[in-house]
Amino acid sequence: MMLSAAKLLTRRLPSQASATAVTMRTTTRSMGHAQSFHINTPDNTPETYFDFTEENYKLVNKILSKYPANYKQSGIIPLLDLAQRQHGGWLPVAAMDKVASIVEAAPSRVYEVASFYTMFNRTKVGKYFIQLCGTTPCMICGSEDIKKTIEKHLGIKSGETTKDGLFTLLEVECLGACANAPMVQLNDDYYECLTPKTTIELLEACKAGKPPAMGKWGSLPMNGQVSCEGPLGKTSLWEAPQPPKVDVERFKAGNVDPASVKAHMSY
Amino acid sequence: MFASAAVRRVATAGRAAGSSSSAAVSSSRSAMMSSAAVKGRADLLAGVGAYGGLTDQDRIFTNLYGEQDWRLSDAQKRGDYHMTKDIMWMGPDWIVQEIKDSGLRGRGGAGFPSGLKWSFMPKESDGRPSFLVVNADESEPGTCKDREIMRKDPHKLIEGCLIAGYAMRARAAYIYIRGEYFNEAVVLDEAIHEAYAAGLIGRNACGSGYDFDVYLHRGAGAYICGEETALIESLEGRQGKPRLKPPFPAGVGLFGCPSTVTNVETVAVAPTILRRGASWFAGFGNPNNRGTKLFAISGHVKNPIVVEESMSIPLRELIEKHCGGMRNGWDTLRACIPGGSSVPVLNKTQCDEALMEFDDLRSKGSGLGTAAVTMFDNSVDMIGAIRRLSHFYKHESCGQCTPCREGTSWLEDILIRMEKGDADKREIPMLEEISRQIEGHTICALGDAAAWPVQGLLRHFRKDIEDRIDDPKSFDPEKVFQYAWSGDPFDNKEWVEKNGDDLTYKAAA
Repeated sequence: MMLSAAKLLTRRLPSQASATAVTMRTTTRSMGHAQSFHINTPDNTPETYFDFTEENYKLVNKILSKYPANYKQSGIIPLLDLAQRQHGGWLPVAAMDKVASIVEAAPSRVYEVASFYTMFNRTKVGKYFIQLCGTTPCMICGSEDIKKTIEKHLGIKSGETTKDGLFTLLEVECLGACANAPMVQLNDDYYECLTPKTTIELLEACKAGKPPAMGKWGSLPMNGQVSCEGPLGKTSLWEAPQPPKVDVERFKAGNVDPASVKAHMSY
Repeated sequence: MFASAAVRRVATAGRAAGSSSSAAVSSSRSAMMSSAAVKGRADLLAGVGAYGGLTDQDRIFTNLYGEQDWRLSDAQKRGDYHMTKDIMWMGPDWIVQEIKDSGLRGRGGAGFPSGLKWSFMPKESDGRPSFLVVNADESEPGTCKDREIMRKDPHKLIEGCLIAGYAMRARAAYIYIRGEYFNEAVVLDEAIHEAYAAGLIGRNACGSGYDFDVYLHRGAGAYICGEETALIESLEGRQGKPRLKPPFPAGVGLFGCPSTVTNVETVAVAPTILRRGASWFAGFGNPNNRGTKLFAISGHVKNPIVVEESMSIPLRELIEKHCGGMRNGWDTLRACIPGGSSVPVLNKTQCDEALMEFDDLRSKGSGLGTAAVTMFDNSVDMIGAIRRLSHFYKHESCGQCTPCREGTSWLEDILIRMEKGDADKREIPMLEEISRQIEGHTICALGDAAAWPVQGLLRHFRKDIEDRIDDPKSFDPEKVFQYAWSGDPFDNKEWVEKNGDDLTYKAAA
């Protein structure tokens, strides 16, 4: 029974030989940065063992409890993310199959999601996965300068991993920290307001196994700022914030019982 | 007709006031710069007295720079959850009417009147529950405002979910946050737990008798999921490919139920508007462009910042007042993208006059979008800048509609050659033609968004392209290479020591 299921899966995935043939024939157009097909490698075949840990199964149940019982598929993205975290930052095809069986969907439903979203790494990445934002607001603030610095310092190009498996560099699209450009995302953390000098400091700190800790607001502008107040400081909100004055009289007339709305909508 | 005349009148008045006072401030600022009075310069930057502008009492996001904590106790000190129950007792229809009267327009880019949108939700149940979906998939290049709300004032968003959700008679809210905002999601998740524990959401939310749940869902990196139907698809665990409309989400949306998708900022400002009254909010900005707005300013300014300002503030005033001006002065300005990468660029002359509002920017052939301002000075090669944007749209196109999937590649391919001058002049109208063929021929607005920056480039910088084609050798990539710039050297030590919790980067010079 198990064997036949594995066979079925193998048939669904292009074998290594045919996938290589595809690459050679033409450069396939892919929406994201990764190729849209799977190639078996020794550590990544449908037969590889993958299961969530006991602790993570608790999280799986927690995640699935957020969605209606007949929409278990909603859990695909969070579960893939959980699997990727458990598996050291990348997502083997066996993990996708596991997620498919948990949400009771066809494996192809999970494969198409895993290949659509850029945050799922379907091949191994380094311990420190550097995603460099290169879209125009960062570009005019010197993201190419930072890219050059990283490439020169680590000896890799965008999309490559260092030989020691420590760093992977990838130029990605807007990461949404434009007022703190240029910036990189190192695993989960944002390092912002970079210069070539601080970029090298960051890389060296990672090599020593101690990436700088995040600041007060879950990001670290490397020029000394706290968050989005700019290097010269904030320009408003000088007084300690006071709660706004509310005219209590306005709400005297309220006569719609929210419980009746609830009953009306039969919740 | 009358309305537009009135807008023009107010606009010119605002402009006159703006430019005269900005001149005064820049001269006095340079005087202050030479003295060592740091605090004095800060006052000046704050524009105390120099500008009318928005006062601190009228700002909604009072923890924007994070002097206080995000947790519930501090949020309540700032006025969150004050009289929420009383507001709910006024009823959903009153809330929707109040939002309509306030003139609030959606803050996610399209600027659709929020009250109207909320009123589309069914008032009778056919057995299906309704849902509020909050779009926190902030990925429009240039935009970083919702992030500040979620990590510093998450309770404003959660209270907004309850009130907006109740106004739509929704059963629950799903907040779809972009996957890359991991640390922001951690804060927001914790804030949701706090609100549940305090009985502010969940069963009998705020003691009102209404049940309302708030769930957080993390995405996984796709710009297209900021489109409302793609976001719904993604929430249902599929590829983020937009759906055809109709049916509109208010009829068939999330999980096949009536849903409304709104931006974080729209939801987060709603409770404050209701508490302070529609007339208060409608007191800012020109007609049809009311209220206050978070502006995220990036690019070649001295002090890139996220700041809350009144709508209709002149662009130049915004830059001079909050960003310390362009890094080499206003005259070095080459172009500006006033509302996130999807809106066409403005040239220098337009920037001199632009008001940061929907109507004025629209009349200049651009748009307010998400109010994410990116400033370009004359060191930038605009062809290269727009070429990079085209790469963005090519990368983020979901691949569903042919004009967008193929067209975005063509736009980039042509622009790559035009940047080097390796093109024919006949290709300029061809490029325009391709962008027109994409625009309006796709399911969602990503096609339009990909076409507009290119159209803006052709409108204002056609001569640059022609000159480059005439003389490719004159183009020196070294000359336009952009070195790292994140504003003037750091000079805010005193404040950072007080408010940085000793967690800022120390090795910084």
